[in-house]
Amino acid sequence: MKYTYYPGCSVKATANLYQESIDSVTPLLGIELEELEDWNCCGATAYMSVRELMSFAISARNLALAEKHHRDIVTPCSACYLVLKKTNQYFADYPNLRKKLGQALEAGGLSYSGNTRVRHILNVIVNDVGMEKIAGLVKKKLKGLNVAPYYGCQIVRPHYYGCGADEENIDDPDNPVSMDRLIEATGATCVKYSMKTKCCGSSLMGTEEKQAMKLCMEILADAESNGAHCIVTICPLCQMNLDVYQSKVNRLFGTKFNIPVIYFTQLIGLALDRPAKELGLGRLAVKMTRPMKQILQGA
Amino acid sequence: MNTHKLKQKAIDKDFLDEIAHLPGGERIIDCFQCGTCSGSCPTAHVMDHTPRRLFAMVKAGFREDVLNSNTYWYCTSCYICTVRCPRQIKITDVMYALKRIALKERYVRRKNAAGAFYSSFVDIVERDGRSFEPELMVRFMLKTDPTLLLKNAVLGLKLMKHGRLPIRRNRIKARNELRAIIRKAKSESL
Repeated sequence: MKYTYYPGCSVKATANLYQESIDSVTPLLGIELEELEDWNCCGATAYMSVRELMSFAISARNLALAEKHHRDIVTPCSACYLVLKKTNQYFADYPNLRKKLGQALEAGGLSYSGNTRVRHILNVIVNDVGMEKIAGLVKKKLKGLNVAPYYGCQIVRPHYYGCGADEENIDDPDNPVSMDRLIEATGATCVKYSMKTKCCGSSLMGTEEKQAMKLCMEILADAESNGAHCIVTICPLCQMNLDVYQSKVNRLFGTKFNIPVIYFTQLIGLALDRPAKELGLGRLAVKMTRPMKQILQGA
Repeated sequence: MNTHKLKQKAIDKDFLDEIAHLPGGERIIDCFQCGTCSGSCPTAHVMDHTPRRLFAMVKAGFREDVLNSNTYWYCTSCYICTVRCPRQIKITDVMYALKRIALKERYVRRKNAAGAFYSSFVDIVERDGRSFEPELMVRFMLKTDPTLLLKNAVLGLKLMKHGRLPIRRNRIKARNELRAIIRKAKSESL
């Protein structure tokens, strides 16, 4: 299965551990990712806050570049996923916007007809690879490990833009279960808790730190009180906020959280018995805890 | 939530039209004040006016009060309101629109740092074609509060220790083409 890969800026920087685990597990799952040549930033939430048409235009450049390859574009980042998908939706829904985007792309020597399908890598792994195949590939059943799936917001919200859960859309916007099923396929126990799609604060962490930390605290507290050994996520910004800021959250709220926050591809890697270093687990700010290590060794 | 009285004296009758003409804002007229947005919003508790109230203000023409509020700056783009809105108003997109109007008309107050963050981001992307997180944070802190540089030094060092802080900018090759696209889009701006 071959896809056009759109990494996004984060996995090339602070989320390099995500990329390392993707590089480690995707070949084993039969997924071939060919990086989109000379891709640019999707614009994220910031660009849209300043300029609308320009924001759609830079996002559309990636879709136009990808269209030449006639394959789905796959991204590991929730923000990239939402922005690219929303660009497609608006391109289809607003003729005036479509015309202007066409003109802008033309100025850069490109054209786009709206045919690039945008998918998140979780969707590809869950639906194209499938649970049965993953369960069959598991070398080390993660029995006894309680894993809280944290979807965050943007991966499940394009539901609205795509109008219905289909192959392209990931899951239910309020109560998604695809990562829950994946956790169970690795032999681990999926922790039931209510905050799995509650926002982590995203880029508010840069501008209104205390408010974002409050949101993170609530997520961590809910996961912990429901017995999670670790949290598994699919978004670079969620991972950054919950992992790197966890000690700061502890200082601000007097809490004592010590919950590793790993990427779902790292969890798959552990179940496929890949070495921790290859999966980028050494880069976590909150290291794997002793109970977690014991479970992994015993597995 | 702050429940202070609205300050604006004259009603701006065109404000509703202004918002309703933006992509995503068409259905704002349909808002029936159910409050699902406010009940779902993860940051409603710090907003001057909850999203529900803000929409009432938009419809009533309180342009100044709406733009002077902190409400839309606290929107994290989590889209839960948009997903749940029974009237299918693209609420997140309306919040984006308010941010853009506020930046354009200089409603940005110092304490609302989001504007500085967003414009630093845009500057870097327009120059390189990709974001560069260390520069983004340094630029933002210099613009808003340089003491943040010291306060966040530990965090930076932590990232560096784990090899998560890139040192080199990541630039695309077709920067001229990208700029041409941006220039054209700018001239055609909606």
